[in-house]
Amino acid sequence: MAGGILVYALHDDEGNFNKNSLGAISEAARLAGELGSEAAAVVVGEIGDDACAGLGAYGAKRVFRARSAPEGLAQPVVDVMAKVIGDEGFSYALFGGGLLGFEIGAGLTARLNAGVTMEVTAVKVQEGKLIAERPVLQDSAVVDVGYVGEPGIIIGRLNAFDASESAGAQAEVVDVDAQLSEWSTKARMRTRGEQRGADVNIEDAEILIGGGRGLGEKDNFKLAEELAGAMGGAVAATRAVVDAGWYPYAAQIGQTGKTVAPKLYLAVGISGAIQHKVGMQSSENIVAINKDQNAPIFEFCDLGIVGDLHKILPKLTEAIAAKRSG
Amino acid sequence: MAVEPKQYPPPFDERSLIAEPTDPEDERIEVGVAVVGGGPAGLACANRLMDLLADDPGLTEKLGEVPVAVIEKGKACGAHTLSGANMKPSAMRELFGDLSPEDWPFAYQEVTKDAVYLLTKKAALPLKPMPPNFRNHGNYVISVAKLSRFLAEKAEEKGAYVLTETVADKLLVSDRIVRGVRSGDRGRGKEGQELGNFEPGNDVVAKATVLAEGTLGHLTQGALDYFGLHGSLPVRWELGVKEVWKVTEPLDRVIHTMGWPLRKRAKWNEFGGSFIYPMGEDKLCIGLVIGLDHSDSTVSCHDLLQQLKTHPFVSKMLEGGERTAWGAKTIPSGGYYSMPRSLTVPGLAIAGDAASMVNVPTLKGIHYAMHAGIYAAEAIFEALKRDSLNFEAYDEKVRSSQIEKDLFNSRNMRAPFSKGFFLGGAVASAMTITQGVFPGGKWRYEEDTEVEMADGGAEESYPEPDNKLTFNKLDSVFLSGNATRDDAPNHVRVQTHVPRELAKTWVNLCPAQVYEIPDEQLANGAAEVDVHVTASNCVQCGAINAKGGRLTMPEGGDGPLYQEV
Amino acid sequence: MKICCLVKEVPDAAVQKRLDSATKRLDRSGEKNLNPFDTHGIEAAMQIREGGVAQVDEIVAVTMGPETAVRALHKAVALGADRSVHLTDAALEGSDVCATGYALAKVLESEQPDLVLLGQQSDDGECYTIGAVVADHLKMPSLTQVIQIDVEEGKLVCERQAEYGYDTVEVDLPAVISVGDAINEPRYPSLKAIMGAKKKPLDTKATADVGIEAGQVGLDGSKTQVLAINPPPQKESGKIIEDEDTNETVEQIIAWLDERKLI
Repeated sequence: MAGGILVYALHDDEGNFNKNSLGAISEAARLAGELGSEAAAVVVGEIGDDACAGLGAYGAKRVFRARSAPEGLAQPVVDVMAKVIGDEGFSYALFGGGLLGFEIGAGLTARLNAGVTMEVTAVKVQEGKLIAERPVLQDSAVVDVGYVGEPGIIIGRLNAFDASESAGAQAEVVDVDAQLSEWSTKARMRTRGEQRGADVNIEDAEILIGGGRGLGEKDNFKLAEELAGAMGGAVAATRAVVDAGWYPYAAQIGQTGKTVAPKLYLAVGISGAIQHKVGMQSSENIVAINKDQNAPIFEFCDLGIVGDLHKILPKLTEAIAAKRSG
Repeated sequence: MAVEPKQYPPPFDERSLIAEPTDPEDERIEVGVAVVGGGPAGLACANRLMDLLADDPGLTEKLGEVPVAVIEKGKACGAHTLSGANMKPSAMRELFGDLSPEDWPFAYQEVTKDAVYLLTKKAALPLKPMPPNFRNHGNYVISVAKLSRFLAEKAEEKGAYVLTETVADKLLVSDRIVRGVRSGDRGRGKEGQELGNFEPGNDVVAKATVLAEGTLGHLTQGALDYFGLHGSLPVRWELGVKEVWKVTEPLDRVIHTMGWPLRKRAKWNEFGGSFIYPMGEDKLCIGLVIGLDHSDSTVSCHDLLQQLKTHPFVSKMLEGGERTAWGAKTIPSGGYYSMPRSLTVPGLAIAGDAASMVNVPTLKGIHYAMHAGIYAAEAIFEALKRDSLNFEAYDEKVRSSQIEKDLFNSRNMRAPFSKGFFLGGAVASAMTITQGVFPGGKWRYEEDTEVEMADGGAEESYPEPDNKLTFNKLDSVFLSGNATRDDAPNHVRVQTHVPRELAKTWVNLCPAQVYEIPDEQLANGAAEVDVHVTASNCVQCGAINAKGGRLTMPEGGDGPLYQEV
Repeated sequence: MKICCLVKEVPDAAVQKRLDSATKRLDRSGEKNLNPFDTHGIEAAMQIREGGVAQVDEIVAVTMGPETAVRALHKAVALGADRSVHLTDAALEGSDVCATGYALAKVLESEQPDLVLLGQQSDDGECYTIGAVVADHLKMPSLTQVIQIDVEEGKLVCERQAEYGYDTVEVDLPAVISVGDAINEPRYPSLKAIMGAKKKPLDTKATADVGIEAGQVGLDGSKTQVLAINPPPQKESGKIIEDEDTNETVEQIIAWLDERKLI
């Protein structure tokens, strides 16, 4: 399938497809349209016909299903995708962000002697070929990467591709009998997807409320927690407040803490010194509330409110909770 | 309410730095010569020693598996060194006679043109004829951070062991003979507790120990106390803050300035000036130096440098440019009379800035440090051949060398400036012209910690950072490459509940924003305030030592990673 | 058991990283250091050796890099590796992920390890994948993002955090395991180990020594090409609201968030 794009569709044990995979399928459909070819998906495990066909709504023309391949591990999927790409002649393999996408894409690189680009934030068509854009060096530059030969492997950054659904279209389901390589059977899942509720991993949160010295005292972190609760997000902290014992180190963001890139970073009482900035500057949307109009954070936020967080936060929390329930 | 820092001494006992070896004998690390400090003095010493040992297999064998070990607390040699600098080439010629300055990877250019300006708020008045102490023809603009890296590479090629990320925590002494040093622990938490990956230090026993610790002189201070080696006048310091800039127009001359933004009134005692040196075609460096005997508690060298850059004479040079490096370090400025009265005791030699071998009027110290390192190597070599631990020959070499001559000639040039800029300038000029003869005697000065601090309003003129030309301290600290572990133990020794003016002094003095006064206490006018210490910001400049604190050594590898300052 | 630890020399975290606009590659002229993630790999190897369940005969540090990469090997040895292997060859310069994975697999093949450990990402490439590429070439099972390793007879039981939570996976040896930084706290090297590092055996190998085909590596053998370096997308300056009537301000915030589907 010259110019065709094959996408891996990850799903959980209940058969719900991962939203990054759906985003990748939509993106593949868009690009395939420009290339004049087709987007298709690969699914492993016991997923029913309806669920597979439903991927057509996101733009997959065909869905290749390997029922007997085990789920949740990368190498069996490498075997399946290598076979499909070989048999059908796809020119590109595309993955939404996430661990398995990286592992499968990397395995395919070796298997098919193919070029791979990861952490891709955008893909474009140039002279009938796909060019992947990816940030490098802590997001200080963006490079355009082209491929030599085929296929080319594109692994997206988390949340890079948005899913778009159109009613009606159904994909053709094709069952594939993939021979697993000997080493693909050497890793076996014992338990999959165990939730550990207690530690909220701030690196995975889509919405983060960051609290800084402007909160005034340890107890005021409650304001941040309540807002996070209302928004379905998690709470992060600056080094200064972690130092002062107001919040645990696991929540620290910055040069000597964690680096995050959530959909929304809402900074309250944070001045925005560079040591903190480098830990959250890639956030998609940055909102800041600070009473000092000269705070550096106002220079790189998307929405800045100069005001007293003690007045604003409680009202904001209330309004959001109301909106969500109402 | 004026406050004298000396009344609030740091909670630190210099005697804690001296200890006997404690490791079981078979666990001690044995080296021939232990050199503490991977800067110009220590590395010149290591290079010279390896050169001498290359021709003496007998002594090399006697010194064991590790004949020379250089112990450096930074991540690399040069990570913690900073200077202007215009270096006199004499020491490099001696150590590396086969290299010409064009081959020096740490040098930018020979100084062919220099000028001195007196700055006022708006103008820059060239001083002609140029005060002779500023003349730098024949010298080379270098980066001492790069020089250290070069010297370390050469020392390693010759077979010296350069142990970076290693702190020398104690001086090992028994029977009043120096036996080596103890290396610092790694892997302690904030409260000093041992963490999971705790690695204790080791006793590094050596036949000869060279303390080349630079301006901080950590173990040196302990040694001077213990062995009674203090000079007749106290050690004192200046603080220098420096930036490197990529520029669009090359600078054609080495520049020194005096005057603005420092104030002339004797009351504020603001000795210092700035330097602006070209670094090849596309870079220059700019720095401001201020004596730490200043008396205004709001003086901030970092902010004075930012203020300096707004002067039209300077901002023009930086237009369209980009700041690429930043750093800060103190300069020992006590000169001749503050040098230790002896540079050696059995088993020990002290060289370089740690021994105050800096000529402040001419701003020279690097080549003295290297020459001293070379002398120390030669004396130690000769002594160890005879199985002797008496390195007095080193002392004699220094005393009969140019180091002694130059420092003696300029011995009273710094002190008069406490009488104000004009009187000080006049006296200093007289000294230069008469080669130190007039005025003679010994011009006394207070210790930096004896200067009373009061609010003199210097901070009112500091510019708000615009993040293009001027910057705040945290941005600067970031640029120094400082990324210290957050839960590292606090290495800064200061009292944490002190009079307001003293706390303000520390807050403003420190170029890295280590000290802070809680907002409410700042606002409510309390006479005594708490001082919050963020030790992980510290770039180890040493300024706090001049105003009531004592900088001890953090874990090896912590602190800045200077590349080009 | 023989463990090979893959290590890489990268620019020190404190150095401002730049791309050379002429070569479109990373400017590696500043300070360098052992990739911090790889120290976790070495520590994991040491903990397996010290754990007592498996008999570890050798821990070998392996790197592919220019001459200066020996420093990374010295550091690895100071942390506990018994010896090191340095794959270095001008032909390897400019290798992309595909070429690098192939080359590393070839040099590892020559060592026949039972376990390959490495940090899951490097500070410079930011690729997070080399372990999986190498594993396929070596025909070994691979896991990345591993934050816990328990040794059982002939196999490992690993924990890693995947899309849906924590997976516990059994892996037969030989295997390639890429570890996350949460797996352990690397030890500090002892002074004795640092001083002894240079004396430990260091084998230098060129591409021909391990059967690497020149056409598969280097700039010419790479399957991706950097076509352009662009500055990051310019962020539009943000909107600033001065809070006077808090109710109104909150309304404006809600509207802004709503517009962007954030609530």
